Amino acid sequence: MTVVLETEGLTRRFGQVVAAEDLAVQVREGEQVGIVGPNGAGKTTFLNLVTGYIPPERGTIRFMGRDITGLHPRTITRLGIARTFQIPQLYSNLTVLENMLLAWAAREGRMMDPWWPLRRTAWVEPAMDLLARFGLADDADRPTYTLPEGKRKLLDVALALALRPRLLLMDEPTSGVSVREKFPLMDTLMEILLPAGVTVLFVEHDMDVVLRYAQRVLVFQGGRVVADGDPQAVLSEVLAAPSKTK
Amino acid sequence: MKPRAVLIGVLSFVGLGAVGFVLPRWTVFLFSLALARGLAALSVALLMRAGLVSFGQSLFFATGAYTAAFMVRLLGVREAGLLLVGAVIVSMTVAALTGLWIARYREIFFAMLSLAFTMILYGWLLKAYWITGGTDGLRIPPPTVLGTAWSVDTLRSVLYEATLVCTAVALVLIHLFLDSPLGYALRAVRDNEVRLEYLGSSVWQVVYWAYVLAAGLAGLGGVLTALNVGHVDPQLAYWTTAGEFVFITLLGGTESVLAPLIGAVVFEFLRTYALKYAPYTWQMALGGMMLLLILFMPRGLWTLRYLRFRKAVS
Amino acid sequence: MIDTLVVIGTDGLIYAAWLFLIALGLSLIYGVLRVLNIAHGSFYALGAYAAASLIGLYGRRDLWPYGVYLMIPLAALAVGVVVGPLVERGILRWMYPREPVYQLLATYALFLIFEDLTKLVWGVDPIYAYAPYTLLGEVSIGDITYPWYSLLLVGTAAVVGILVSVFIRRTRTGRIIVAMIEDPEMSMALGIDVPRMSVLAFSIGTVLAGLGGAMTAPMIAVMPGMGAEVIVLAFAVVVLGGLGSLEGAAVGALLIGLLRAATVHLFPVLELFVIYLVMALVLILRPRGLWGRVEVRRL
Repeated sequence: MTVVLETEGLTRRFGQVVAAEDLAVQVREGEQVGIVGPNGAGKTTFLNLVTGYIPPERGTIRFMGRDITGLHPRTITRLGIARTFQIPQLYSNLTVLENMLLAWAAREGRMMDPWWPLRRTAWVEPAMDLLARFGLADDADRPTYTLPEGKRKLLDVALALALRPRLLLMDEPTSGVSVREKFPLMDTLMEILLPAGVTVLFVEHDMDVVLRYAQRVLVFQGGRVVADGDPQAVLSEVLAAPSKTK
Repeated sequence: MKPRAVLIGVLSFVGLGAVGFVLPRWTVFLFSLALARGLAALSVALLMRAGLVSFGQSLFFATGAYTAAFMVRLLGVREAGLLLVGAVIVSMTVAALTGLWIARYREIFFAMLSLAFTMILYGWLLKAYWITGGTDGLRIPPPTVLGTAWSVDTLRSVLYEATLVCTAVALVLIHLFLDSPLGYALRAVRDNEVRLEYLGSSVWQVVYWAYVLAAGLAGLGGVLTALNVGHVDPQLAYWTTAGEFVFITLLGGTESVLAPLIGAVVFEFLRTYALKYAPYTWQMALGGMMLLLILFMPRGLWTLRYLRFRKAVS
Repeated sequence: MIDTLVVIGTDGLIYAAWLFLIALGLSLIYGVLRVLNIAHGSFYALGAYAAASLIGLYGRRDLWPYGVYLMIPLAALAVGVVVGPLVERGILRWMYPREPVYQLLATYALFLIFEDLTKLVWGVDPIYAYAPYTLLGEVSIGDITYPWYSLLLVGTAAVVGILVSVFIRRTRTGRIIVAMIEDPEMSMALGIDVPRMSVLAFSIGTVLAGLGGAMTAPMIAVMPGMGAEVIVLAFAVVVLGGLGSLEGAAVGALLIGLLRAATVHLFPVLELFVIYLVMALVLILRPRGLWGRVEVRRL
């Protein structure tokens, strides 16, 4: 299987804090990989490093065999890595549809178009289709700041997915979502992501979510990967030694 | 655009055009100045959509005005149309240069850098008096409009009509721009730059092109002011001139392209009467009004549009 | 050549002292409140007007002539104590939760209000208050004579700089203010009385601006528009040194002071815009100033 993402010797410190040390991670095409670990283990830092938000001190990041170390987030996004955020990053004063249409403009490479309207039929129809699959069609004309958190999370993913990424990085897709909504939300996401053939890497606090939706799990601690493998096996091992993680 | 809005737009354009031949000359003159200032305010409003406050749009206002003066005096150009085009091109070229740096900045840094740029121009205009006429500025002889040298009496009205046409064209263009992906991206900059970058788009480019476009608007306002007044001076570039544009924008609001223009007309007439009856307190009244606007009506006079609907509901 | 250098050095130092007084207050207010105060120029103008009035009043009575110097700090204090709390408590505090854009606009509105307020109270004709300037006479440095008053200005700036520095480093209140400058959120959590400290810092900043104006009054014709001019210079200084930094204000003032003196003597044509050119260059090359820090947004 093709290796989609590969990091080698990835290192980054913030003062005394080691956020990433010698990280070597491989993700193969079509995998759903969960990342778990205590607070401050470097999970979000890893996503920030891969997407170019923070430059690494040492090490390389390869995407589809291409060295993307040190590239700008927008360049990396254009190459096919999309990400979502722990706190959804939306245009809160624009409507749901306008958010989606901006993503569509980005996908078509027409963001810099100063002339033809954003609301062109050729974009509105597929954008509405995608929103409908996320159950957001009825909210299309609502400003996003009025949405409940669960829907904001979904829209955050929908925007990323509109870019047709090969690799999707999700930062805690279920945080801020009520216990009852967690599984339906993840079901919705996976039903859309899996048929699209997107490789998924997601950071998650909730072990049940990881067990249910990840094929493989990486355990982060102190900026290192301390375990890697089948979720069932790895998590039972981690849970048996509670001193290692919280 | 809704048909009703188009109709209202066309009607008010025709109405304002007709008024140019009817009203007393000084009122026509005031309207011309108000429209020209409104264009500069619209350029401030454009940047404010991205959350950027420019205390330096006077840079392009003055650039537009002085370009016209230089074209007349050094190149012997007399045709108003050519002066307009030349002024807008030069203003946008200046912005294309200063924009290379300024597009990186936000908030107070954007405000201060824009202020520094306009003060550089001000300093130069003041000191290079052998070219710029120093504090006295330069006189611009009456231009020809559409190849015709009009009599002094009709020129006032002709210039007003020209100003009105320029304003209308600019308004339509900006309206289209705001509905385009780039126009929306500008609002997206204010909301969330991180997301814009993670959509694979360059926030820098969005701000840069909006800045250049805004400069064209301010430059157009500047050259129209220069032609109507027949004179340019360094005060056009001083930061308080830019501050006035900011005030007008705040007065009108930024939600519609019409709002800054309405703000400008209100401002121009307020100022004329205030200078006559309360010369020492009118800035104070402006300041007080501005504080009230910020506190209670951050979307400007444009908010009043909604009052009608709210009443109808209750 | 050497003579020119000496002249540039002294002139620059005098100019720097004046700039430092004004910029220090601006920087302090920005550091504590995160508001770039355009109205700071008005406080400077108010200080100048107040001083000119007091000096005039004092001169008309037949009192001990050197007492006139007391009028200068008195004017500065009066401005700071009256205007500072009024503006901070009355208006600015409503702006803290708003976007920085609106804070900037609010101080601009205040600037407009004060501009006319001075015209209302003092009229539009220039006011002269030369007494403190002429009283001291002149001193020769090398071949050039300087008014003693200019040197008094340098001395005042130095003393104020030292006093503020001691206040910030050695007193409890001062250290709390530093903590607020460095980490506003943390200081909230630590139970610091933020409103009290805000009004205090703002008032100190206002006194400094007033002092700058009061010290200037005897050297110039006090008239409308002086606030608009000075605020841009103060911006240039704090941008150069880094917003919210005491050392920054000192270094920025010195650099701009020397630069201006040098252009005045060597390339007089460049005088006005070289300062803004430097301001623009610093913003472009080191937007956080020579002493500033960079903040990164967390995702």
